[in-house]
Amino acid sequence: MNAALSAIIIAFVQVVLFVFLAPLLMGVIRQVRATIEGRAGAGIWQPWRDVRKLLAKNPVRAEGSSWMLRAGPVALMVSSLLLCVLLPLVGTIPFPSIPSDLFVIVSVMLIGVVALALVGLDGGTAFGGMGSSRHMTVAALVEPTLLLAVYALSIPAQTSTISAIVETRLFSPAVIISPVSVLALVALSIAIMAETARLPIDNPGTHLELTMLHEAMTLEASGRDLAWLEVGSWLKLAALLGLVSNLVVPWGVVTEFSALGLALGVVSITVKVLVLGVLLSVGEIFLAKVRLFQVPELLAGSFALAFLAVTASYLVV
Amino acid sequence: MSFLRLATLIRHSARIAEPAPPAPPLFPGAEVLGGSVQVRFINAGGCNDCALEVSAAFGPVYDVERYGARLVPSPRHADVLLIVGSVTRNMAEPLRRTIEATPTPRFVIAVGDCALHGGAFRDGYGIMGPVSDFAHVDIEVPGSPPEPADIVRALRRMTGR
Repeated sequence: MNAALSAIIIAFVQVVLFVFLAPLLMGVIRQVRATIEGRAGAGIWQPWRDVRKLLAKNPVRAEGSSWMLRAGPVALMVSSLLLCVLLPLVGTIPFPSIPSDLFVIVSVMLIGVVALALVGLDGGTAFGGMGSSRHMTVAALVEPTLLLAVYALSIPAQTSTISAIVETRLFSPAVIISPVSVLALVALSIAIMAETARLPIDNPGTHLELTMLHEAMTLEASGRDLAWLEVGSWLKLAALLGLVSNLVVPWGVVTEFSALGLALGVVSITVKVLVLGVLLSVGEIFLAKVRLFQVPELLAGSFALAFLAVTASYLVV
Repeated sequence: MSFLRLATLIRHSARIAEPAPPAPPLFPGAEVLGGSVQVRFINAGGCNDCALEVSAAFGPVYDVERYGARLVPSPRHADVLLIVGSVTRNMAEPLRRTIEATPTPRFVIAVGDCALHGGAFRDGYGIMGPVSDFAHVDIEVPGSPPEPADIVRALRRMTGR
């Protein structure tokens, strides 16, 4: 089978799988947290019910809000879907013409970030604006770390195409436990926690005015606007967790197209993402949100780790 | 608190939630919510004892979240408005605006005697009237204050779980 067709099939499978997997991942994260807190929990299908109901409601939009409130959530959703297409999640077969380069992926992610910030501003409320400004501050500190961390990972592979990086790690596993890779992965994980608004940078469970980042921007969205914002953010979290899990444990990913391989790839990425979600949820129990003024310090720390990884990659071969 | 102490505490306390009582019948019309209810809490001028009972209902013992109800920070996210207290002059306009900002289909649950008919504050000079003067009340939860179990039952009628 030619490369283009198999790439398209894998991209399609990835999108369908992750649209299904993202709400399930949120359900698992919330259920694990509830169980540890001694609660019964709403069950792992609750985010599905929430989204289904939100899509059926009539959105109420703020007086004087513009088309941005309508287009922004869709833009976030589209950028997250594009992430699912471009990242090597189920398989590493890249599109021949579309580069799944690290710069492309960070830029696609930035589209969603900016769309969300504009949605926050568009409602015209104090909280929305505050959330947007904080969100952009964090984003400005996160993007360089993301770029630098993936750059450090790309040096052994000698290309910045993410699928090639994952393939290199699959075929020569010694690369995975090298100091360069460990430093880069720690930096990448901190950056992803910030990017997807998880603890310790943002508390997804809080509605306290002084601490909100992500929640503050969605306050004015309702009905299907809110549904797109929620699903878009969940998809981003699921896709980035999928990327991290494939960088750490690349086994199971499809490198040569076959029906059996595809089934195995789907099962392995589902297990990997859900296991990582459980670990994330358990880890968050032991973390408190850091003060907003300490967030830049934390992110500067992760940038330093990424920088060390790049430096080390020229010293340790 | 150290990591190990917290882990020990989690292991020892285990499950705090009480076993679920049998589900009450679904409120007619709440089928559209399909088992997912986002709740916006409004204190229209109560003395805070109903508010305490509501927070107990959302706490780990009664854990109304297991039936699919969740507190949200904005009326735009809400399906159900949980209103406590009789409506004071200062809260009449914010209450009207909150109801307007809630997308349809929406439901109103009035919690406590004050919200239902004024209670102890009925003829006070600062009171505009009970909640039913300002909104169509779908479910009434009497009591001064009602028990968390009653509030849980009212919310379960919305989620149908």
